[in-house]
Parts: sequence; C-alpha cells; structure tokens
Amino acid sequence: MKSNVSKLLSTAAIAATFSVGATAATLDDVKAKGFVQCGVSSGVPGFSNADDKGNWSGIDVDACRAVASAIFGDGQKAKFTPLSAKERLTALQSGEIDVLTRNTTWTYTRDASLGLDFTAVNFYDGQGFMVRKDLGVTTAMDLDGATVCTEQGTTTELNMADFFRKNKLSYVPVVVQKADEALAAYDSGRCDVYTTDKSGLAAHRTKLADPKAHLILPETISKEPLAPVVRHGDNQWKDIVTWALHVQVNAEEMGISSKNVAKIKSETNDPSIKRMLGVEGDMGAQLGLPASWAYDIIANVGNYGEIFERNVGPSTPVDIPRGLNALWTEGGVMYAPPVR
Amino acid sequence: MSDNTTPNNNSFLHDAGNRAMIFQVLLLAVVVFVGYYLFSNLQANLDNRGISTGFSFFNEPAGFPILIHLIEYTEANTYGRAFFVALINTIVISLLGIVLATIIGVIMGLARLSKNWLVARLATIYIEVMRNIPLLLQMFFWYFAVLAALPAPAQSYEFADFLLNKRGIYSPNPMIQDGFGLVVFGFILSIVASIGLVIWAKKRQTKTGLWFPAYWSSLGLIIGITFLFLAVAGFPIEFDLPQKSRFNVTGGMVLPPEFVAVLVALSTYTGAFIAEIVRAGILSVNWGQTEAARSLGLRDNLTQRLIVLPQALRVIIPPLTSQYLNLAKNSSLGAAIAYPELVAVVMGTTLNQTGQAIETIGLCMLVYGSLSLSISIFMNWYNSKMSLIER
Repeated sequence: MKSNVSKLLSTAAIAATFSVGATAATLDDVKAKGFVQCGVSSGVPGFSNADDKGNWSGIDVDACRAVASAIFGDGQKAKFTPLSAKERLTALQSGEIDVLTRNTTWTYTRDASLGLDFTAVNFYDGQGFMVRKDLGVTTAMDLDGATVCTEQGTTTELNMADFFRKNKLSYVPVVVQKADEALAAYDSGRCDVYTTDKSGLAAHRTKLADPKAHLILPETISKEPLAPVVRHGDNQWKDIVTWALHVQVNAEEMGISSKNVAKIKSETNDPSIKRMLGVEGDMGAQLGLPASWAYDIIANVGNYGEIFERNVGPSTPVDIPRGLNALWTEGGVMYAPPVR
Repeated sequence: MSDNTTPNNNSFLHDAGNRAMIFQVLLLAVVVFVGYYLFSNLQANLDNRGISTGFSFFNEPAGFPILIHLIEYTEANTYGRAFFVALINTIVISLLGIVLATIIGVIMGLARLSKNWLVARLATIYIEVMRNIPLLLQMFFWYFAVLAALPAPAQSYEFADFLLNKRGIYSPNPMIQDGFGLVVFGFILSIVASIGLVIWAKKRQTKTGLWFPAYWSSLGLIIGITFLFLAVAGFPIEFDLPQKSRFNVTGGMVLPPEFVAVLVALSTYTGAFIAEIVRAGILSVNWGQTEAARSLGLRDNLTQRLIVLPQALRVIIPPLTSQYLNLAKNSSLGAAIAYPELVAVVMGTTLNQTGQAIETIGLCMLVYGSLSLSISIFMNWYNSKMSLIER
C-alpha cells in the first residue's frame, strides 16, 4: 500500500514537470492530425453555413479552407466546429480548435488580455439596426423607447448600450443566448429592433418569414473589423493564417483568379508573381509550408473578390455591396502587404 | 479505538484505529497535492498563454444592459453589481418556482387520486405530458408560441388598468406617498394581534377542547386592520398607470414574458414530478389510518390534514428535496430565452466581454453549489422536524 502511494506521488511529480510549458507548435499538430480544425458560427448565411448534406460554405469557411490549402494543398482538409458567440473564445483558448474563423470583432481587450492574436481582417463590418418597415422608422434616432433584441456575448451588446446612452435614448434590451433565437424573438414581435453587424443583418434577413418587410437602418454605430483569431505565442501559426488571407487580396489586385492561376503560373514573366506562386525562391519554406502554398490557395479557394462574390455578393440572397471591402485601388480598404 | 485483536503485539501500527488514521492522512495529502498540482499547472498554462487572471474585472464598468434588475442597475455599474443582479434573478425565479411547483404538485397529486374519473384522468394526462417533454422545449413553447399569439403593444388587451401584449403584462405601479408609515404600523399591529389570537386559541383548545378558526380569523384581522389604517391615513398610495407609447408601454409595472415563460415552464414541469411524489406519499399511508380517523368521527379534510399528510410527509420530503434542487439548477435554462439569470449574465456576457473563463465559471459553480446546499440543509432540517419522534 505504501509503495503504491509513493508510486502515485512520483508519477504525479513527473507529470507536473513535463506538462508545464509543453505546448507544441500548432503547425506540427495540424500536420500530424492531417486537417485544420476551425471554429465557425453555427449558421450565418454567406459567412459560415452548412447545407443539408453538411457541406460548409461562406467567407469564414473559405478563410479556413485557404489555411488548409496552404498546408496540405487541399482545401477539403478542414473540419468545422460550430460555436456560439459565447463559446468561441474559450474554445480557441483551450485548444479545441486551431483557428477561429468566425465573424469575430478585433478589439483591444480580446487582443491584449485573452491570450489571443488577431490575424488579418477578412471583412470590414459595422453594427446596424433592422426594423419592420411598417413601424415607419427611417433613422436610428427615432428608436427612443424601443425594445431591442440581440445575441448574448458579443460586442453588439456593448455598442448598443453605448449608442443609446450617448444619444440619450431609452430602450429595453432583450439579450438571447443564440442568434437564431434572438432572430425568432424579433420575428415574433417581442422586439421592435434587431441589432448585430450589418453583414449579419443582411444574412439573417434572408431567414425571416418575409425578408422584404424589414429595413436595415442607415446608421452604422460601430467599427467591426472581423478577423480570424489564433492563440497568442505561436508566431509561425499566426503568420500562416495571416498570409493565407493576404495572398487572396494580393491575387485579386494582380488579377490572378482560380480560373487563370494555372495559366499565369506557367506563362508569367513577372518576378513578383513567380515568387508568390512558388516558381522561384523559397517563400513557402520561410513559413514551413510547401513552395506551392499561395498557388494552392488561389487554385482551391480563389482570390478575395471571387470569395466575396460567391458568398455574399449581389448575386447571392445575402446581397452585400462591396463597400469598404473593395480593394484599396477601388475605393475600399482591402490592402495587403506585398509578398516579397 | 484501541481494541487490539492481537493482545500480544502492542506495536503502534497494529492498532486498527491508528492504521485508519494514517491512511486518512495519506489520502488527504494526495488530494491536497493533486489539487495543488492542477492549480499550479493551470496557473502556468494561463501565464504561458498570456491570459490575465483574478477578479479585478469585478470593479470595472460592465457596459451592458440587463433586462430585469430588482436592484438599481445601469450600464455604468460594475461587473460585480451585474453579478448580484443576476444572482438575485436566479434566486427569485428559483424560490417562486419552488412555491408554485409545490402548490401545483400537491393539487395535481391529490387530483390524480381523486375518485372523480374526469379529474383523475386530466391530472394523469397533465403529469405524463409534462414529465415526458424536455424542459428546454417547454420553455421555448411558453416563450415563442405564447408570444406569437399575443397582440402588439398598440393593440394590447386591456382589463381595467392592466395591459397584456407581446412585451409583457403591465399593471399599475403603486407609488408610496407621505403618511404611509401609519399603514406600516397598522400592518405590524395586525400581525402582533393575530399571533396573540393563535396562542389564545391553542390555549383554549387544550383547556376546554373548543376549536376556534384562528388562522382564517388572523387573515381577516390582518386585512381588516391594515385597510382601516389605510383609510385613516387617507389612502397614501397613488398608482402610476401603464400607457401605450410609440413602441412599447411606458409607466406601470411590467412582468416581462421572459420571466413569465421561465416561471411557468419551471413550475409546471417540476410540479408534475412533485405530483407523483405526493401521490406516492399519500398511498404509502395505510388505509387503516383513514378508517380509524373516520371511526373517531373526524371530518375528511381534518383526516387528511391531521392524520394522512403528516405521515405522508415523511415519505415525501426526501424526494421533494431533489426536485427543489433540480428546479434551482434548471433555472439556468432561462438563459436560452433571454431571462437574465446567472448563466446568462455571468457565463454568457461577462465571460465573453472579459474572457475570464476560469473565474466566471468557478463563481457560477460556487453559487449553484451554495444554493443547492442551502436548499438541502433547509429541507433536511424540515425532514428531521417532521420525522417520527420516537419516545
């Protein structure tokens, strides 16, 4: 009995010495298991949404597929964990997912104190309000005394409070646990107003009983730069996720798309394109990736413009104008550092 | 302690009591060590990942609103105050739920035993339906289905000065005016008087055997005296009436649908379980007891109250305690339909705004632990009071 106890004690002591500070590089973990595990939202059309066969699509899903393409040359080597707003950061902190590609706003506190790092913005957004058209409201300044529905555990809750306080308007908050139920409460008439990021409003409007009966008010009450998030302290992994996004924007700027990338790779004389597509130099190796990493991203997922059009562009039900998300050369703020 | 089985070996380790003590100490040491190891591992990992720890965020402004707050609360208040708002909401819904569930349970349990065929069948249907549908589903039903059926604020149903619409039940809000102190004095006086009445009735019954309806008279006394003082003080209460405004209803008091839905779902669901416990308790009392009481000439309601229920309670209380604990814990499901209780405010919003997962979840576990233990301790005390006193 006594020897058993001492055995137990020494095992525990050994375990203690080893497990403290033993955090392996995420890239090695991902390569070992053979896929990237991404956290996504549980259903925002255009951003991350699963169809009835369980196939995921959306801008945030493509951000994850881009990372999988860069590592494995195969965009399908990505698995998705649907997370609610309140679960998402903890899931990343605890290592349940490798990267959080779930319309998450880049804020100071989240970046500085949560052990997290934000990568590059893949959608510039801002919070707005949606109301029923028959209320006759045309501006958010008319919302004095309104009841407002929103999802729990988001920056939305704080922005909403700030907006009403700043403008000295009274309101009744109804904060529901999940986005779908918040929307259901709005649809059933519990609230006059539904508030979330404008992209979310556009996406959720498609799910309402009668989408045409609802109006998104013109005010944008906050800045919501949405970016994929990784754990703090793994710089190589952060660089991979960041540059997987930068490559998409650069590709659009250079006129490279999923349709012409093979042709351009074999024919181009432009040294910067040659470097990026892995024809020359060791760009991939610098991040521990194959030489064809950027080529694979563009061939599998496409450039930023293609991704935008395919998921949320005017031809989709979500119908969001390019706006701020246009390239910097076309009046937007999408600006990626050069690959060189 | 020291009854040695081998009297010729008096060594320290051969004493069974000593050996037991040594193993206890060793076990305690292992538990403490493992606990310390887990804690230091956690600390090291949190430090490695740059996650700040501690409860200092409690003093920072929360910045988010809370729909239902029984103490003063605005966005400018701290996370600490938001925690207390949520804690009060949890306790209020749990206690009200327990009271309502008990009333429903007792009525339904008796109804299922009723000799009236229809009453018994209806109670059976109620109990079986409620027990077999998940609570969360019932909450969604009460919240979304009932909301959908109610009119918008502009078309509210009106009864006297009460309004009913999708935003809740609105009633006049009593506003206390000068001179209310007199009414409070009258109320206290009436309570003192009724306590005296009950004591006098008891004494008289033991002395003369004559029975006096002390409890009903006390109720009348309290209402009567309070009303008298209210009239003397000139009715020092004004009512703030609810009024329809552009979007909602302003003024008055409101019971929000979130509160109503959670309370109804919790109490009807748990009530069905309590009904079965009550039925089991009553069936456990031998029929001979009832026959004996009747042969003494006791009326039926007195037989139930003085003979059957006290004996049934001994069977009822322990499982009833579990149901109360379930109800208190199930109140956390209110988060799903926007009732701002502990899980919604602390593990939902606060956790997400501050990222302090360990602290907030630990705090919630502590609260639910203490809440459950308090209910348990109270019910155990009640149980020992009710149990058979052997002389």
